[in-house]
Parts: sequence; C-alpha cells; structure tokens
Amino acid sequence: MASLWRYLLAGLGLAALLVGILAIVYLTAPQTAPGADTSRSKTTANGLFVASFQPERGVIRQGELQSWLLTLKTVKGAPVEGAAITVSGGMPLHNHGLPTSPQATDYLGEGRYRIDGLKFTMSGWWQLRFAISAAAGSDSVVFNVVL
Amino acid sequence: MRRLARISCVFALGAFAVLIGCSEPQFSDGEKTTIASLALNTLPALKPDTTNRFADVPAAAALGSTLFFDQGMSRDGTVSCSTCHKIDRQFQDDLPQAVGIGRTNRRTMPLAGVARDPWFFWDGRRDSLWAQALTPLENPLEQAGNRAAFAHYIKKRFGERYERIFGPLPDLSSVPANASPLGTDAEKAAWNAMPDSQAEDVNRVFANIGKAIAAFERSIEPPQTRFDRLAIDLASGAKPQADDAFSPEEILGLKLFIGKANCVTCHNGPRFTDNSFHNTGVPPVADLPPDRGRVDAITQVEADPFNCFGAFRDGDDSACRELRFMVKSGPELVRAYKTPSLRGAATRPPYMHAGQFSSLDEVVAHYSKAPASVEGTSEVHPLQLSERERAALVAFLKTLAE
Repeated sequence: MASLWRYLLAGLGLAALLVGILAIVYLTAPQTAPGADTSRSKTTANGLFVASFQPERGVIRQGELQSWLLTLKTVKGAPVEGAAITVSGGMPLHNHGLPTSPQATDYLGEGRYRIDGLKFTMSGWWQLRFAISAAAGSDSVVFNVVL
Repeated sequence: MRRLARISCVFALGAFAVLIGCSEPQFSDGEKTTIASLALNTLPALKPDTTNRFADVPAAAALGSTLFFDQGMSRDGTVSCSTCHKIDRQFQDDLPQAVGIGRTNRRTMPLAGVARDPWFFWDGRRDSLWAQALTPLENPLEQAGNRAAFAHYIKKRFGERYERIFGPLPDLSSVPANASPLGTDAEKAAWNAMPDSQAEDVNRVFANIGKAIAAFERSIEPPQTRFDRLAIDLASGAKPQADDAFSPEEILGLKLFIGKANCVTCHNGPRFTDNSFHNTGVPPVADLPPDRGRVDAITQVEADPFNCFGAFRDGDDSACRELRFMVKSGPELVRAYKTPSLRGAATRPPYMHAGQFSSLDEVVAHYSKAPASVEGTSEVHPLQLSERERAALVAFLKTLAE
C-alpha cells in the first residue's frame, strides 16, 4: 500500500514538472495576434471582390520601405480594373497606426495594384485595411501581417 | 517498487536541475534570433545617397571635414558643427540642451551611423543628411550665419577646393555680404532684393556645403561593443572571452530588454532604433518654449527648399519615398520624437530630446512607470519592473557602450 502511495506521489511530481515546463514554454513563446487570420487572399467584407496581398519582392524586410501587390478579382474571377484604393492600418496591440502613408501608386494590369510606401518598423501583429471602390461598388478588406 | 519510486524522484530532481541550469546563461531560440538581429554584424553596407552625388567623393568628405570643424562657419567665428558634435564625445556635447551662439531647446544627437537615418533631428524636420547639415548654419541659436555670407566665405577660404569638387563658383560680386530668407529683417530684405538666378546660385553653393559635410559624416559609424561580441559567440556557439562574458545581471537585463520590458519593440535592429517617432510621455522642460515634436516638423520638412523634392537634389525622385509616404497628420504625431540609437548611450547622459533625465536609472524608471503625456497619448504601458530588474536593464545598456 505504502509503495503504491510513493508511486502516486512520484507520478504527481513528474506531472507537476511537466506542467511547469509546458507553462514556461507557453509563457516565453513570442506573442502573436489572438487567432489572427494571416491568409494572403480573402473575400472582401461584403463579398464584392476577392483580394490577395503579397510583398512585391516576395519577402518582408522589417524597417525598409517596400511595395506590395494587391490583386483584385470579382467573385467570378474577372480582374477588377480602375479601382480607387485607400490604405490604413496599424498595430492593434500597440494602439498606433502605420508609420508611413502607403498608397496605391500603379496599376499593373490583370487586377494588380502596387501598394507602395509600406514599412513595418517593429515585429508583431500589423493590420492593413483597404477601402476599395470600383464599378461593382465599394467594399473593404483587412489583412493581418505578423512579423 | 520502492526502487522505481526512487528512480522517479532522481529523474524528477535531475530534470529540475536541468531546468534551473537552462534558465540562467542560456537563451531560447526566439531570444537568440532577436539577439542576432541586434548585432552590429547584421548592419548592412551603407547605401549610396543618390540625392547627393558627392556623398562618396573623398575630396568632398575632406572638405566637409574641414567645414565641420571650422569655427569660421558661424556668424561670429566661435561656433562650428564640432562645438556641439564633439569628436571625442561620440559627436555630442553632454549638455541637456545644445549651446551654440545661444541655448537651443534640444539635446545634441550623437552621429554614429547618422547617414542611415531616414529623418533628421529629434522631430525629423529634415529628410537628408545634407539638408540637415544646412539647418544649424542659419539657426540664430546655433551657428547663426546666413547663406550669402557662407557663399562668400567658401569662395574666399576654400574656393579652389570647392571648385575642384563642385565645379566653378558663381559670380558673387553683386551678392550682398549678408542675405538669407531665414535671417534678420535686413538679411531677408537683402535676400528678397536679389534676382532669382542669383538666389539660386547662392542656394546651390549652400546646398553643396551641406553635401560636403554629409559626405564627411557618412564615415562616422558605430563601433563594435561587448554586446556584439556576445551576439557573435552566441550565434557561433563559441565560448566568450573572459572579459566579454555577460554577468548574470547583464543577461537578465538583456532578456528583459528583448522580452518583458518591450524595449526592443522600438529599439530594434543593429542600431537599436526603428527610425520612427513615438510619444513616450517624456515630460516637457519648464523654461523652454512649447515643443510638440513630430507634429510641428511636417510643415517644416515639406517647406524646406532643400528637401528631396527640391531643386537641389541629385538623381531622380525615386529616392524620395520617405518624404512621399510620410504620415502628415494624426494624433500620434503630437509630442512624438525619434527613437534614438542606444549604442554608446550609457556613456552620454543626459537623455531624451531636451536632456530631461540625468541617468539611465531615471530613463528606465520612466519607462517602467509610464506616466501619461502632457499632450497627446503615450504609447508606453506601465511595466512595474522591480528594482533588481531596472538595475539589470541599466547593466545591459552599459554593454552597448563598452
């Protein structure tokens, strides 16, 4: 009986240790957006467009001015031309906006718009909000970027 | 049974010992990545400045160096750039507010790595190193000169050197001795009376003075520190040299800096700055004029005839993206100041844009407490760091100056 208790005690000790280790791992893990959807392609809020957003040179470099491409298609897959696009955003957890004022600077054809002047000055959760106005109507979309 | 229990206990104790052992000198993979991102060896090569085609011309840098130390480059021959940017003091002056011809309202910034800045001054009211260099020359509290007088002075003292670099000087024979759009009433009147072509000639010489000084300043780069040696050893797995090894306090400070204390949020990259502007609730100085930081710098940089969109830029306007995509308005700009580099900071008190804090202890205490801003909103949240943690952060900051 006594040895069974010892087993139990040892077992409990090991379990407590495991919980401790897991807690440390969990607490020291870099914090990301709470369940942020970081997909680079999504349907806009009212379902008018399908937007995808990619860094023009493929990689994100912290602290450097860079351009991204916003590609706009209709739900049926036709490129959206002549869209007026405004960009806003910021870091929700830091309660501040973007450090630059990115703009849609060029139309590259096939629904692709160059969004220039982006700069991610710190690591963490960034949000970029696009207000899009085109022949089909006005809609908006938010992309999460986690560095 | 009993043996098994004993083995379990020994295992548990062993695991505990490993955990304790790990928590001191070791860093997690995430911490190692962050530490590597701060190391000086990740600083990229200095990019060419296409707005200044003399930026990497040795003769221009040599003339710039002469001008930087020349007290003749001031109204009364007593002040040079080096009066406040002292070469043996990290190119700063240890004063809460710089003193030239008069006392200014801002702390002199050190110059290590300055050519990598996108914005200049604490509020970013200039957008290039050469445009920055021109500003103190005409500030009545700094060098207090005027551009017409500088053009005459360059012709008289350095005419030959200037022409070898920049080409022929314009005819200055009918240019007034003293004239500037920013000077005294008499200087402004003299400036306004000049024909446009003559004003442009003087502005061209003036811009070239800035370009020469900027060429010199590009050579001022941050030196390697104990922190950088630790970072290299950590990345390569080498054992640190005796003097380079971090004390437990310095390691705690580094972990706090890149972890709980959130310092690395803004003080990031190999220069420990995000090159951006933030309101961190730093209090104003009682007897100084109102200072609203970045929000008041926007119109100044836009109005500067020597900015990137101006007529004196070399190269094309693809170099002007910082100015083009600048945030021009918003509550965040109020009392926002540039994140300074922390390299060498430990040996150059006082701190903040007007020397508000006399020691790093005061700086760390400020960020731990995070008081509200007198105007606008501070981005900093209270940290409640213990005395031991605050001391550890200061100990770590000192490794960036050794």
